[in-house]
Amino acid sequence: MRTLTYAQALAEAMAEEMRRDPTVVLWGIDIGPYGGAFGATRGLYEEFGPERVIDMPVSEAGYVGCGVGAAATGLRPVVELQFSDWITIASDMLINQAANMHYMFGGEISVPMVLRAPVGGYLSAAAQHSHMFESIFAFVAGLKVVLPATPYDAKGLLKSAIRDDNPVIFFEHKQLYEVEGEVPEEEYTIPLGQADVKRPGTDATIVTYAYMVTKSLAAAEELAKDGIEVEVVDLCTVDPIDEDTILASVRKTHRLVVVQETWRKCSVSSEVAAIVAEKALDYLDEPIIRVTAHDVPNPFAPVLEEYVLPSEEDIITAVKRVAGG
Amino acid sequence: MDIPRDTLLLMYERLLKVRHFEDRVKDLFAAGEMPGFVHLYLGQEAVAVGACAALNDDDYITSTHRGHGHIIAKGGDVKRMMAELYGKATGYNKGKGGSMHIAAPGLGILGANGIVGGGIPIATGAGLSAKLRTSGQVVVCFFGDGASNQGTFHEAINIASAFDLPVVYVCENNLYAVGTRQTDVRKIEDIADRSVGYGIPGLVVDGNNVVAVYEACKEAVDRARAGLGPTLIECKTYRWRAHFEGEPDTYRPPEEVEAWIKREPIAPYRRQLIKQGVVTEAEADEIEAHVLKELDEAVEFARQSPLPEPETALENLWA
Repeated sequence: MRTLTYAQALAEAMAEEMRRDPTVVLWGIDIGPYGGAFGATRGLYEEFGPERVIDMPVSEAGYVGCGVGAAATGLRPVVELQFSDWITIASDMLINQAANMHYMFGGEISVPMVLRAPVGGYLSAAAQHSHMFESIFAFVAGLKVVLPATPYDAKGLLKSAIRDDNPVIFFEHKQLYEVEGEVPEEEYTIPLGQADVKRPGTDATIVTYAYMVTKSLAAAEELAKDGIEVEVVDLCTVDPIDEDTILASVRKTHRLVVVQETWRKCSVSSEVAAIVAEKALDYLDEPIIRVTAHDVPNPFAPVLEEYVLPSEEDIITAVKRVAGG
Repeated sequence: MDIPRDTLLLMYERLLKVRHFEDRVKDLFAAGEMPGFVHLYLGQEAVAVGACAALNDDDYITSTHRGHGHIIAKGGDVKRMMAELYGKATGYNKGKGGSMHIAAPGLGILGANGIVGGGIPIATGAGLSAKLRTSGQVVVCFFGDGASNQGTFHEAINIASAFDLPVVYVCENNLYAVGTRQTDVRKIEDIADRSVGYGIPGLVVDGNNVVAVYEACKEAVDRARAGLGPTLIECKTYRWRAHFEGEPDTYRPPEEVEAWIKREPIAPYRRQLIKQGVVTEAEADEIEAHVLKELDEAVEFARQSPLPEPETALENLWA
């Protein structure tokens, strides 16, 4: 099968949806001839022109809000933030406006908007270009939150996000944009809200998402050398979260490690642990372990950032604690 | 400007409908018939009515926390509005929005908004959408003097001006943002002056003169529809009531309130219509009687309507 990078897969998803549906339009900062800060819109301006690939001023509340208004009036805007850290500037438009509108207006208005935003650390970009806010947005009722881990998932999930009639926040990991993976030529979509078992296993379950899928799969390979077979569940969508897949895996392996790149408290990892504690406690042979960042801002110096963020070694240690060996 | 007779009459009827709707809400709220909060539009009727009279049926508006007047002016059904204020299942939004969150997309009403300045980017996005869809639609974005100090005002109007979007920004300057006098928190007297910073027309209008508001908005709407971009129109007006019903109005001099009430917009407009021969006294009375009857029916409809089933609280999260 042919391979594409994660960035190319995203661009292909947008291009296909734009060819299929004339109401799909893109805007953001430097997404036109520049091709996007991480290259995810490369080639789209050339194919679709300035009417459908629009460069915006540095005004996050303004252009994200424009996405909300355009989505409410017949378009399917796909809005790109240059870095997801700046989502806070646009947060009123997402949390008080987009998330509420369909419900608050009794179903009268829908907001079929996608907000794409690069997330994540491990690049010495310090505290304002590294953070991940998926837990904040997963907490909000009325927003879908997606974090693809592979080029295949990136394309299939983005196409579904664009076709979804609800506001979707689509977080893309900066460590993944240049990663290559198999992406079929033929049309496909991946439903939102479904986790994907990236590696089957019997001895322990890792529930994770985004770039931590890569680290967890690498850890699982190492653990397999010691005879520990880990099942890696990639959430793909953290809201709505796929409880069934999490619970089925835990009921099978009886051991759970939750791996998450960002802060621990009140996070997606807390939610996963709570779901299992409420619904599958009797199946657990060991306490749940969470492998997360320390609850401090991402530091700049590589040695500091490595200390703060989870490593493959941290994952291996945690799995060995629950699964012996 | 030569204003069609139908438009003049429609504005008269809508002015009365806003006034009497709000009068009813004032009394019904005080009597404890409605839950929550209400922010009344009394005194500002000419702004919503004049601006919306300049719009086509399929044009859009965004509204504010003080939104009843905008909804009525854009053609809102007072029965469904009143039912929404009562939290009834027959309300525009099934009792989920209430006074501050009425939307009726079929009438181009993209929603009242409880966040000050929250509607400005949304209106701008609707304008961008209209432009990209080449639909010929125009958006009127209502907001107050308080919202003009939000970052969303700057970000959105800059975008609209950069892309010549068909949006008319109608600032209702009623002098107070809740309890703070606007000139205490802004150096300039006229918000319209800010248009200079965006390279767009800006004008100050007597917001208590419905014809003046209509004429300014009509010109701006025509300009927007022709692809010439946005306009900022500041309407000087005043709210008769406190920020919300029940709020002690300790921050406004009573003589200021009295002076503005004396400058109310409807009676002079009625005199003008009669003087110009647009209507007779009897016809004007008949229009008002009809409005009062419609509001009687609206209140009765709201009272008689069923409450929403509690479990419908879990519906409408996802489209």
